[in-house]
Amino acid sequence: MKTGKLDIHNVSIAYGEKKALQGITFEIQDKEILAVIGPANSGKTSLLRTLNRLNENKSGFKISGSIHLDGVDIYKDIAVSSLRKRIGMIFALPNPLPLSIYDNIAYGPRMHGKRKKSDLDQIVEKTLKSAFLWDEVKDRLNLQALKLSGGQQQRLCIARTLAVEPEVILYDEPCSGLDPISTAKVEEAMVELKSVYTQILVTNNTKQAARVSDRTAFFLTGELIEIDVTEKIFTVPNDPRTEGYVSGRFG
Amino acid sequence: MNFLKHRWNDIVEYVMEKVIFLAGIISIAFVVLIFIFLLKEGLSLFKTYSPFSFLFGLSWYPISHPPKFGVVPLFLGSIVVTLGAILIAVPLGVGAAIYIAEVAPRWLREILKGLVEFLAAIPSIVLGFIGLVTLVPIVKEVFGLPTGLTALSGAIMLAFMAMPTIVSIMEDALTAVPESYRAGAVALGATKWQMIWRVLLPAASSGILAAIMLGIGRVIGETMAVMMITGNAARIPTSITQPVRTMTATIAAEMGEAVQGSEHYFALFGIGILLFCITFLINFTASFFIKRKR
Repeated sequence: MKTGKLDIHNVSIAYGEKKALQGITFEIQDKEILAVIGPANSGKTSLLRTLNRLNENKSGFKISGSIHLDGVDIYKDIAVSSLRKRIGMIFALPNPLPLSIYDNIAYGPRMHGKRKKSDLDQIVEKTLKSAFLWDEVKDRLNLQALKLSGGQQQRLCIARTLAVEPEVILYDEPCSGLDPISTAKVEEAMVELKSVYTQILVTNNTKQAARVSDRTAFFLTGELIEIDVTEKIFTVPNDPRTEGYVSGRFG
Repeated sequence: MNFLKHRWNDIVEYVMEKVIFLAGIISIAFVVLIFIFLLKEGLSLFKTYSPFSFLFGLSWYPISHPPKFGVVPLFLGSIVVTLGAILIAVPLGVGAAIYIAEVAPRWLREILKGLVEFLAAIPSIVLGFIGLVTLVPIVKEVFGLPTGLTALSGAIMLAFMAMPTIVSIMEDALTAVPESYRAGAVALGATKWQMIWRVLLPAASSGILAAIMLGIGRVIGETMAVMMITGNAARIPTSITQPVRTMTATIAAEMGEAVQGSEHYFALFGIGILLFCITFLINFTASFFIKRKR
C-alpha cells in the first residue's frame, strides 16, 4: 500500500452509458493543495464527487477501481456519513443552510454529538477566524446566513466544513461566482488552512491553480493527462496538451 | 399604419388592465358581501336571544318551548372531531409526504403521487358512505359501543379527507427546497434522516404549516360526510366514542326546516358567523407564522 492521504487506483466511473472518468490512478499527499484543472467535461467535478461519494445516488452510477483514505477503502469499509465527515466539500455556489450564521456552523458539530454551548461557541469563533470571516460577522452571528454577500457565504461554507473537523477538503470551483476580492479572501483562507488539511481544488481558473496549489493535475475527457508540481505544469509540462491548455490555446 | 398599430396596442393594454382590475375587485367584493349578509342574518338573532346564552349555552334545543340555542355542544362536537382528525392526519400525512418526496424511488413516487391526488378527487359524500358501511361497524365492534356513529368514526374519516391536501401541499414544499441545501447537509456528514429532520423540515416549514392549516380548514368545513357518520346528537361529548354533532352538520340538517326569518333561522346563521371566525382565525395564525418565519 502506498503512503498518500488518498490513493486513487485505476478508477473509472460512468453514469449509465456515459463514461466520466477512465482508469485514473494517482495519489494525493497529506496536507497538500492539489489543483485539478481541465476543460468542461474533463471529469474534474466527477472526481470530487466520487471522493466523498456524492455521486452514488445518481441513477446509473457505476464505479470500478478503488479509492483508499489512509489505507481504508472508502467505497467498502466506511459508512458514507463518517466518510463525508472526514472529507468535506465546498460547492461551486455557496449553499449555506437557511439558518443563522451561528447555526450554520454549529449544524455539523451538533449532528455529530456536540451539544455544549461553550464548545460550540468556541468552534464557531475558531472556524470563522480560519475562514477569514470572523471580523466581518462577529457582531451579528444570529443574522440569517442567506443575507450575507456571496463571498461571505462561501467563506461561511468553508467555516462550516471546518467545524466538523475533516481531514480533506474538496473545493468544486469555489470562486466561480465570486468577485476578485472575495476570491482573494477565499484563496488566502486556503493557503492558511494548508498546515492542517489536505485540500483538493477543482477550478476553471488556471491562474488560481497556479497561485494556490502545490501540485496540479490536468484532466481531459475523463483521463488524467499529467500530474506534477504546479510550477512545472505551468512552465515545462511534459504533455503538449497540458501546455496547450495552460497557455490558453484551447479550453 | 404603424401609428394605428400602436393605438391598437394601447387600447388592448387599457382594456386588459381594467378587466383584471374588475376581476380582482369583484372577488374581494363577494367576500365582503358574504360577510355582511352573514352578519346581518346572524346578528338578528340577538334582538330576541341573548348573545351570552348563544355562545355559552350548554344545550341546543331549537324546537323546544322556549327554544334553546346554546352553541357549546355543537362547537365542542366540531372541536373533538377536528382535533381527532388532525391528530391522525398530520403525523400520517407528514410521514407520507416525507416518504414520497425524499425516500421513495422515482417510479414509486410517481405512482404514490397519482394515488394521493386520486384520493383527493373522491367526493366527500362517497367517502362518507364508505365510512358508514365499513368504518362504523368496525368502531362499534372494537370499542363495544351501542352505536358506531361516533366522533371517533368522524375523526378517522375526516383524517382521510384531510390527508391528500396535507400530503400533496407538503410534498410540493419539500420538493421545492433547493438541492443545494441537501448537498450541503449531506456533505457535512449528515445521514439522510438528520438531513431531513434538521434541514429539510425547517426549510420547508412555512409550506408544511400551510399544508396543515389547509388540512384543518378542510376538516372543520366538511359537512355531509360528517353528518352521515358522527351520529348527530347535539349534546356535549364527554368521550371521543360518543355521538356528536358538528356546527356544519347542524346548519345542513336544520336549515331546510327552519322558517325563514325565524329565531331558529337566525341562530343557524349565527353558527355560520362562528365558523367563519374560526376559519379566519386559523388562516390568520397560519399567515402569522409564515410571515414570522421570513
